[in-house]
Amino acid sequence: MAIAIRAEGLAKSFGGTVAVSGLDLAVEPGELLALLGPSGSGKTTFLRLVAGLESPTAGRILFGDEDATHLSVQDRRVGFVFQHYALFRHLTVAENIAYGLRVRPRRERPSDADIKRRVADLLDLVQLPGLDRRRPAQLSGGQRQRVALARALAVEPRVLLLDEPFGALDAKVRRDLRRWLREVHERTGHTTLFVTHDQEEALELADRVAIFDKGGVEQVGTPDDILDRPATPFVAGFVGEAVRVPVDAAGSWIRIGDHQVRTPGENAAGPAELFVRPGDLVPATDPATAIPARVIAVRRGGAARRAELLLTEGLPAVEIDLPAGHCARKGDVLPVSLATIRLFTSR
Amino acid sequence: MRDGVLTEGRPVRWTLLGLTLVFLALFLVLPLAAVFTEALRRGVGVFLEAFADPDTQAAIRLTLLVAAIAVPLNLVFGVSTAWAVAKFEFPGKSLLVTLIDLPFSVSPVVSGLVYVLLFGAKGLLGPLVDDWGFKIIFAVPGIVLATVFVTFPFIARELIPLMHEQGTAEEEAALTLGASGFRTFLTVTLPNVRWALLYGVLLCNARAMGEFGAVSVVSGHIRGLTNTMPLQVEILYNEYNFVGAFAVSTLLAGLALVTLGAKSLLEWRYGDGLARTRRH
Repeated sequence: MAIAIRAEGLAKSFGGTVAVSGLDLAVEPGELLALLGPSGSGKTTFLRLVAGLESPTAGRILFGDEDATHLSVQDRRVGFVFQHYALFRHLTVAENIAYGLRVRPRRERPSDADIKRRVADLLDLVQLPGLDRRRPAQLSGGQRQRVALARALAVEPRVLLLDEPFGALDAKVRRDLRRWLREVHERTGHTTLFVTHDQEEALELADRVAIFDKGGVEQVGTPDDILDRPATPFVAGFVGEAVRVPVDAAGSWIRIGDHQVRTPGENAAGPAELFVRPGDLVPATDPATAIPARVIAVRRGGAARRAELLLTEGLPAVEIDLPAGHCARKGDVLPVSLATIRLFTSR
Repeated sequence: MRDGVLTEGRPVRWTLLGLTLVFLALFLVLPLAAVFTEALRRGVGVFLEAFADPDTQAAIRLTLLVAAIAVPLNLVFGVSTAWAVAKFEFPGKSLLVTLIDLPFSVSPVVSGLVYVLLFGAKGLLGPLVDDWGFKIIFAVPGIVLATVFVTFPFIARELIPLMHEQGTAEEEAALTLGASGFRTFLTVTLPNVRWALLYGVLLCNARAMGEFGAVSVVSGHIRGLTNTMPLQVEILYNEYNFVGAFAVSTLLAGLALVTLGAKSLLEWRYGDGLARTRRH
């Protein structure tokens, strides 16, 4: 398959601080790729390197077959959307959207009528018709981010780069905009990279997710790959609210504290790490495999009731999702079993 | 807020307010009124006659000339310095910021003396300048130099905090949209600070026209040639020409009032773009 953007051995440091190192990543044309990772993992720096807002210390960036490493930011033709919108505060909404067209050299610049038409089309696309004369200060956060996206789309970018686009918005607006962004992406088909630290957002919105840690990419894959087949302990621990539990592995058995649990496959003998997500534990149906866990806290979150459990004294508390009607209380003993076993042998 | 914990009792409030008003009246309003009454003491005719004096006219022309050179120069210096300091990282930045404030912390007389020591007949560069047949000290170029030095911080100081607060995201947005660096500066950076810039220019101009100390040292007080308005006021006053002295003073006082009025208007009308600059 053709590649839209490729990073090869990309590195960037600021003074003595390494932000990105030895990063390889291939972006497929037309895909919506989320860059997900903890803060300081280099995802925003990578986005800015792609945009040309930073220049790499080492490595290459290719746009298709063209080496874009030394291409100026103006010549890269990217659409960049900033976390805090970065709308031109002294210009109206229409002037903001038209900016990228108006700064073109005369022979490439569309006529005034064309610019006007393009602005009107984009305002329709971002569902803000009639707001063309407003100033950014007169818009809500969600509206501003829509204008910012329209402005980025106006220059017909080769790639759309969004840096935590919904980071400054409240939860409700975030959800609406997320759905809307997916629709816009399906209509326009731009290759899109977007940075987020919100896993739910990344997993729900993106075609593929790249997990960042310590300046490099840990894993790239579909949300299913990332959730069900984490490639590294970091990914297993980072997504899905997993708790890391130290265990001892031997053959097809692992020992969790005082309890023995059978695993589907064979494991190398020795210490290992078990990653337990709230969905991995279920109330036990077979007493033979049950682990009697002690409930140390119960809280209500959304549709489910979530309990914190101690499998064995001294191990980190794990979580389980129970039906809202479940009557578990603090101090109870709840027999549970592991429905999914995610094990990484320690090196 | 009434009767809240932060509200002092009525007597305290009135005392504080009273003290402030008395102070204002004594030290600001009274002198200003005195300038105008003294100038008009012997009637409007005599007042206007003071401006017929060719030396006074020359002083007014020189002041306007000096401001017309110093203010645009500092507009360029101030904007470029503020741009560099607020939008870029480079080694020695904090030293530069400290240097910008130097003219504020040095006595104007010393500023003037520095130029005498540099360009005076026995100064470091004096003979060199003399060889070129160019005169700086006791001439207009010296006055312009001293004024530029003294008024340098006004515009830069006004712009740096605002530019800093606005950050670089809008500029970056413009660059990704294809605008060149210079175009970005003209269409994004400059419009975003236009009111603060105008404010800085007003302050800079007021000081350029009113500067006494530094100019006094380098001017040489040659009548009709190197006297600016403040120097002319001093000369007239020392000659017991009180009406003349106060008449010229009314111009400077008027300038101050116009500056003050324009400043209030700007703050009232465009408070958003300026208020932030007050939080130094």
